[in-house]
Amino acid sequence: MAERTTAPTASAASAATSSARRRGAAEARPVIELVGARKTYRSGSIEFEALKGIDVRIDEGEYVAIMGPSGSGKSTIMNVLGCLDTLTEGEYRLGGVDVEDLDEADLAAIRNRQIGFVFQQFHLLPSLSAERNVELPLVYAAVPADERRRRARAALERVGLGDRFENRPGELSGGQQQRVAVARALVGEPTMILADEPTGNLDSVSTADVLALFDELHASGRTIVLITHELEVAERARRIIRVRDGLIQGDEVTA
Amino acid sequence: MSWLETFRTSWAAVRSHALRSVLTVVGILIGIAAVILTVGLGLGTQKDVSAQISALGSNLLIVSPGSTTSSSGVRGGFGTGSTLTIADAVALASHVSAPDVKAVAAEKTSSQSLTAGSTNWTTSVSGVTPSWLSVRSRSIEVGRFLTSSDDAQSSDVVVLGSEAAQELFGRTVGVVGQTVTVAGTSFEVVGVLAPAGSDSSSNLDDVALVPMSTAQTQLSTGASSSVSTVYLEAASAGRLSAAYQEARAVLLTTHGIADASGADFTISSQDALVSTATAVYRTLTVLLTGIAALSLLVGGIGVMNIMLVSVTERTREIGLRKALGAPPGAIRRQFLVEAAILGLSGGVLGALVGSLAALLLPAAIGSSVVVSPAAIGLSLGVSVAIGIVFGVYPATRAARLAPIDALRTE
Ligand SMILES: Nc1ncnc2c1ncn2[C@@H]1O[C@H](COP(=O)(O)OP(=O)(O)O)[C@@H](O)[C@H]1O
Ligand SMILES: [Mg+2]
Repeated sequence: MAERTTAPTASAASAATSSARRRGAAEARPVIELVGARKTYRSGSIEFEALKGIDVRIDEGEYVAIMGPSGSGKSTIMNVLGCLDTLTEGEYRLGGVDVEDLDEADLAAIRNRQIGFVFQQFHLLPSLSAERNVELPLVYAAVPADERRRRARAALERVGLGDRFENRPGELSGGQQQRVAVARALVGEPTMILADEPTGNLDSVSTADVLALFDELHASGRTIVLITHELEVAERARRIIRVRDGLIQGDEVTA
Repeated sequence: MSWLETFRTSWAAVRSHALRSVLTVVGILIGIAAVILTVGLGLGTQKDVSAQISALGSNLLIVSPGSTTSSSGVRGGFGTGSTLTIADAVALASHVSAPDVKAVAAEKTSSQSLTAGSTNWTTSVSGVTPSWLSVRSRSIEVGRFLTSSDDAQSSDVVVLGSEAAQELFGRTVGVVGQTVTVAGTSFEVVGVLAPAGSDSSSNLDDVALVPMSTAQTQLSTGASSSVSTVYLEAASAGRLSAAYQEARAVLLTTHGIADASGADFTISSQDALVSTATAVYRTLTVLLTGIAALSLLVGGIGVMNIMLVSVTERTREIGLRKALGAPPGAIRRQFLVEAAILGLSGGVLGALVGSLAALLLPAAIGSSVVVSPAAIGLSLGVSVAIGIVFGVYPATRAARLAPIDALRTE
């Protein structure tokens, strides 16, 4: 804890500032709160502490980049924020609710309704068409088939793939696949987009496409957490949180 | 996730490994085919037996000369002269000593050559008493049956089975009034029996019947009073064993045999017939039930094995689905339905193979095999249940995977 370089109050204050700037006088509402978060991985007798006690607060509508070198704990943070993994110690409140109090089915519902994921490796199902991949979150939200189809197509059109409904991932370029993944992340209209190195496997043109989509999503009021190790990418966000060796090293508002 | 969507997803998974899926369900296929054959044999045997029983007459006891109960074989001569006589039949007809015997018919059978015009036909000619028709549950197609006055006068009249008539005259109508020569005597055809098919040992339609007294005087080779079979009709099915006991007592008395184990006659009932007919069925049933149980077990383990492979192969997919909001229940359902589809495929293929075998088997074992819709329905239900039972463990494992571990898998 002594190593922490950014006080939680400072982080909260900067978040409040960015939020206030966007929404005028309205009161800032925290979506994400990590308090004293620690994560220790255990494989057999070997233990590794990937998060060494961090505090983060992110308000509704913020566009935050989490930046740091490889192995610094960025993905670990994102997995915790996305309710895909749990903390070893500390607290994670999502929309004011401590996720530790929730069971698997509740967490599934949260991932389904509130969070859209974009992964570095795209994680599309190779046997399904672009449209069917994008439909998946709606399938688990029990949306009727015809509405699912309509919304999946609208999402694909929004990411510029209006002519690729029937193509399977193998028939698409990396940039196109990541755009399908973005369409899948936004089709359920979640309040929050979590992206782990979404441009890590993309060329510069595709990177620009995907980042432009994130700008749009931010403009439409979504909370975005973008994980990257490239400064160029991180600078598209309004706030950059720097991590190193499982600790937060800096938290600054850009632009 | 709706059931339709679950089914669609699981079906796609099964189809993506079509060959593997088919190989997986071979065990279930064999098991279900065996179940269908087992049930089919049971029904077929029932059908065969009831056909034989109705061909033979109901509530029937059959008295034959000689004893076949001991390992010493037949006692009392078939060749040297029958131990059963017309006097026995008369004694058995007594309402005092055998009150549960409703009717008695005697039969004295020999093989004879019949001639009609230039046509020769060798068949079994039986001297019978007038009660034969009702005791054997037969009926007359045309003309009349033998009467007691035929018997009293030893008339030279004959009633032909439909097949014997066909062989002698090339037709079964218009033969009444024709003449048939047997052992040098001319007989007038007075009637033709309605067809009855065959029982286990003989063709019931290739026969010629003459009055008992005529057979004794003109066709007899051995002792003229001996008969080959006496048929007893019990008062009801429930009185069959009472009639059996009474008939046995009467015959032991008239034959003057003190020790029942020295009986020179045999009384058999349809119970005996049924047990003979079911012997084949029982052996095959034990065999097939064993095969079915073993195959279904092996098939179920096969399904479990392949489902575990399927879960492992698709760990990343499971992780992704969970990340996108699939609750554990939806994942479990998806894999359970996949296992059920595998089971059902085995069931459907097994039902096809079983039905095909049911078509071919009767020719090989000489017993009917009846494929019933109920057996097929039951089999399909069982095959689905096996898929589900053996799919529970793999599906639960899939449902329990931690989303992040699943996603990280390469
Ligand atoms: N499942 C795991 N088991 C053990 N160590 C892990 C596991 N996942 C990540 N780590 C370790 O934790 C540290 C942080 O990993 P990660 O959060 O993936 O970093 P980043 O995304 O910043 O590259 C790394 O040193 C990594 O080796
Ligand atoms: Mg990472």
